[in-house]
Formats: sequence, C-alpha cells, structure tokens
Amino acid sequence: MQVPFAIKVERLGKRYTLGKRDTGQATLRDALFTFPSGRGKVDQLWALRDVDFTVQPGEVVGIIGRNGAGKSTLLKVLSRITEPTTGRVEIYGRVGSLLEVGTGFHPELSGRENIYLNGAILGMRRAEIVRRFDEMIAFAGVERFIDTPVKRYSSGMFLRLAFAVAAHLDPEILIVDEVLAVGDAAFQQKCLNKMGDVAKAGRTVLFVSHNMPAIRHLCRRAIVLDAGAVGFDGPADEAVRAYLSTALRAGERLGDGLRLLNPERNQALPFEVTAVEILDEEGRVKPALSTGDYARFRILWRATEAVRSAGVELGVYTLEGVPLIQYSTRPVSVVDVSISPGEGAIECEFQQFPLAAGQYYLSVGLTRPMLEWLYRNDQFALFTVEPGDVFASGTPVVSSRALLVVPHRWISVNGQRG
Amino acid sequence: MKAINTGIPHLIIEPTRSWVALNLRDLWQYRELLYFLTWRDVRVRYKQTALGAGWAVFQPLLTMLIFTIFFGRLAKIPSDNIPYPLFAYAGLMPWTFFSNALTTSSNSLVVSSGLITKVYFPRLIMPAAAVLAGLVDFACAFVLFVGLMAWYRTPLTVNLLMLPALVVMIAALALAVGTWLAALNVRFRDVRYVVPFLVLCWMFATPIIYPANLVPERFRLLYALNPLAGIIEGFRVALLSGINGAHFDWGALGLSAVVTSAALVYAAYDFRRMERGFADVI
Repeated sequence: MQVPFAIKVERLGKRYTLGKRDTGQATLRDALFTFPSGRGKVDQLWALRDVDFTVQPGEVVGIIGRNGAGKSTLLKVLSRITEPTTGRVEIYGRVGSLLEVGTGFHPELSGRENIYLNGAILGMRRAEIVRRFDEMIAFAGVERFIDTPVKRYSSGMFLRLAFAVAAHLDPEILIVDEVLAVGDAAFQQKCLNKMGDVAKAGRTVLFVSHNMPAIRHLCRRAIVLDAGAVGFDGPADEAVRAYLSTALRAGERLGDGLRLLNPERNQALPFEVTAVEILDEEGRVKPALSTGDYARFRILWRATEAVRSAGVELGVYTLEGVPLIQYSTRPVSVVDVSISPGEGAIECEFQQFPLAAGQYYLSVGLTRPMLEWLYRNDQFALFTVEPGDVFASGTPVVSSRALLVVPHRWISVNGQRG
Repeated sequence: MKAINTGIPHLIIEPTRSWVALNLRDLWQYRELLYFLTWRDVRVRYKQTALGAGWAVFQPLLTMLIFTIFFGRLAKIPSDNIPYPLFAYAGLMPWTFFSNALTTSSNSLVVSSGLITKVYFPRLIMPAAAVLAGLVDFACAFVLFVGLMAWYRTPLTVNLLMLPALVVMIAALALAVGTWLAALNVRFRDVRYVVPFLVLCWMFATPIIYPANLVPERFRLLYALNPLAGIIEGFRVALLSGINGAHFDWGALGLSAVVTSAALVYAAYDFRRMERGFADVI
C-alpha cells in the first residue's frame, strides 16, 4: 500500500469570469445579442493562482485564510466539483469530501431513507451503508424517529443525523470545509472529537476552518491562502500566527484611526453592519484606544427592510475565539432599537475600557432578539488596545499576562503581621 | 478514477482540453447513486397527495376522456378502425411518459443546484434518474391499459414483442432531449419557459390525437424525421394490431432509431462539454 503521496497540487489556478451584472442570470437573449465590444468589460478573477503543495498519506493539514482567499475554491477543485483553469492535481486514494452537512437530504423522506440517499450521494456503497447503519443512528441518537420524515425533525436532530452519515464516511482522504460552523457548542465539540478520531486513524485530512484553536489542536501543518496563493505552508502554530498578523495588517489598512470599516461589504444582504467607530467623549473618532480609556462604540448599519424591535450585538473576542464581551441592546440590556430601511446607528459606551493591551476581534450583529440573526460577523475587525497606565504604576497590564483591567484596590492589613 | 496496480484509486484532475471523453466508466462507478436518485424521485413524487400513484393513471386517463369527447366524438377524427379511447390512450401513455420525462429531466439540474455545488458525481445521473423515475409512472399507466384492452377484447399479436424495444427507444429519446435541455438550462434559464411550448408543438407533430396516415403523402418523409412519430405509431401497432391488422412501418422505425441514437450521442457529448462549468454558473 505504498504510494508516493496522497495529494500533489502543481501550479493550480482557477479563474472566474465575472459578468457585468454579478447577480443576474445569463439569458439566451444576452448570449444572442451581446455585441463583441462588450467583451472587453468582462472582469476576470483568479481565485487560485499557482498553488503548489504536497500532502503525505496520514497528514492532517489545516487550510486557513480570509474570506475570499480561495479556500473553498481549492476544496471544490480537489473534490472535482469545479474544474481548474491551469495546473494539475494528482491524488492517490479514495476521496470523501464534506463541504456541507446534509447535502441532498430530502425533507419528505424519513430519517432511514435519507441515510441511504445521503450516503450514496457522499459516495458510500450500499453495502457499506447497510453495515454501518445502526452505528449512524446511535451516533445521531434518533432511533425513535428513524421512520419519521425529516421535515418534522428539530434542527438539532437534523444536524445530528446529517453529521452522523458524514462522520461514517470512510475514505482514505477526507476533505472538510467549515462544517463545524453550524450547531451549538456541544455539537461542534462532538464534530471536533470525531475529526480528531479520523485524524488519529491515520487518514489524510484537509480541513478548512476559521476556528484557530481547532486548527492548532487537530493539525500539525497548515497552509495559509492569501489572495489565491499559498502565503505560508508549515507548522500549524506558525501558520496561525502568520495568518493573524496578515489579517491584522489588512484590518489596519481598511480603517482610518479607529473607524473600522466592513471589509466585505455585500449589497445583496438585506441587513449589514457597515462600520464600527470607536469615539471619544466629544464623538470624534479616536486615533487609538488604550486600556482604561473612555470609549464609545458606534455601530452603523444599512438595512433594506424595517424591523420594529431589533437587537444590536457587540462582542469582543480574543484571537483564539474566547468571548470577553458579548452584550446586546436586547436581551442583555433593555433598550429599544428599531431598524428602518436606510442607514442607522447606535452607540455603546464604556467609561473605562476594561481590556488589557493586545489584539482582539470585534464582533457585531443585528438580531430579532431571541429569534434570529439578521446579520452576524464574529470577526468583523481586528483592533488593537494600546497599553494604558491605568493604575498609575508605570506597569500597564498586557494581554499576555491577563486580559481584564477593572478598578480594584489593595488594602494593607497592618494588624496581622505587624 | 483509474486503479493502478496497487489497487489504490489514482485520480488526476486537470483542465480538460479539446474533446471530452464520455467517461462511461465513471458513470458505471456511480450506478448506485443513479438507483438511489431514481428511487428518491419515485418516493417523493406523490408524497402528500391524496391519490398518490393514482395520478400516474389519472393523467393519461383524463386526457384520454377529453380527447375522446372532443376529437373522437365531436371532430370525428379517424382512428384506424380502432375504438377512439383505445387509440388515444395507446398514444397518450407513451406521450405522457415522454413529456413528463422531458420536463422533469430538463429541470433536474437546476432544482438540485445545492447538490451540484457541494458534491461530485457524474452530472448525467440527474437527468437520467428523472427519466427512469418516469418509467415507474409509465408502468402504472400501462396496468390501466391492460384493463382497457380486456374491456375492448383486443386480440394479442406477436407484434407485442416489440414493446420493450419501443420503451427503450422512447426513454432514450427523452433522455437525449432532456439531458441536452438540462445542460442548457443551467446556463440559460429561458429553457424553463421554452419547454412547455416545445412539448405542445411536439404533441401536434406526433400522431397522438390523429393517425399518421392523415399526413399527406408528400410530407411523410419530413414527418418521419420526428423520431417520436415512428415510435408512437409503433406502440399502436404493437398493442392494437389485433384489431385492425396493421403492420410496423419498419422504415419509419429504423429512421427513428437512427435519429434517436444520433441525438443521444450528441446530447451526451454536449452535456459533458458543458458539465465542466455547471458548478460555476448554476
């Protein structure tokens, strides 16, 4: 069973042609009546360019990069969903790819029927599905509902069943996109554990994620994609660091002082946070934010629909994804916000910003409180907190030492030892 | 995928240059998926309908009744000495299969865009499954026809042996046209609006309401170029020649077979050519 490699990617490139209208469908009329002169205006985008790497059998490789860096395109080319424009890929082994959980599930069919259907879609043999059927149901914990149409399932049950089928896919090479980004924390943990098992079983895994701790935990090696090219390829820890530093630089380029603009504006969305500004007492954009500073976070949004009782979320996360702040107008506070078509804003004030010097992710969201997210971006922007000598000691608190800086006081207890 | 001597699948992904191979081996590898998708289409088709699979029978039956009243009784269209209901149903049964298969297969890719952007499989499987699922309806409709034949005491003839070949031909023709339209539909959604009109025109260009011998002699050759004409007339001869002693028009059937085969090969190659871009444009 000796093979020279599992995956070898050579000078791989994928070019997309962007039409003049980016959302409109091509129609027959366009094809028949477009004048040749219009051709020059067609935009071309290289989603991947000259990508080279080799993966050895049994390696678990993380793929990281900003949105639009080409991660998904790479996985689609490796899964044969889309064809490359240039270059070549050679693969030894059966490939199973999991770009989404529950692909091809049919709501009218029962859990049992969907297991067979989805298994076949993912490339499992019928005999294989029959053999592992009981395992899958047990993993999903849906024994009682196995003959109920899945449209009657709760979303949690649906996800568990969908993941159960995917988790029992047994190829030599597993390609996984951000499938862990769905479901609650317990479900995500279960998925991560399963991924860990797959990796330990000696399979080759390519794993795309924004979850840096997961990348560090599961992968020895990671590849950073940057604008369609390999920006870094090496040990996972270094790759994560390299990625975060490029992400930081990109974030700084986009902002003007602490005016943090949405780097991925999308007019097609009905709701969108367009920018977050960090202001001082007079409402001017602060040039820098230091620990203990007065700060007002102004969240600006754009909407195409009215929402009478909306919620606005503001969060701050560490680079590892640990939430430090996750506040909202509702339900955490009781503040009425209504969104009307057009633009709007709200501010959240901190008398003394409580985080130690370091880098953090700003997360924002618009919600119907307790019901649904209208817009959510947990990595809206990276921002830096400068050291502030809050306690007037000359020794500011930095994030490598501790994260929180809150007013406190030391009291000498003289009588005890004195 | 081709297996090298170690038995481990070895796959090369490259931009396709010039002519594309049909890659039938790949199709064979995915035959189980074809089975499951066909089975899904059959299972899902009549879910949450009160009559269920009865619709497979009612569609041609109701059309037959309407045709019998308007074309048989009122317009008095000749029917080769066959009772008009029997005549109409023998044509409508394959026609209903054909038009439904054509319509569902031409939409098959577009309605499964989620699958196409997330999973690899030979895309030809989608329109093929739609056509195969239609055969199940055809079988249901045929059961009723057997009842009709008994009612009219139709003698069976040796011509009935041609029936399987005719079913294969009409399925192949539906697959050819459906496949090609499905691929075109990915790129041009206009297809969705063109198909009902195409189906309507095709019905009038085919001897369903009327017998083929109603067409003037000088247009016969042109008429026979419609492969469906020969096939539908073939169905009537196979099923009903016991009543009027008709014979197969082997020339027309042969021409249908040639046109159908050519259409199938052309559609398969053209589909493969367009298939490469499906995930990017759907």
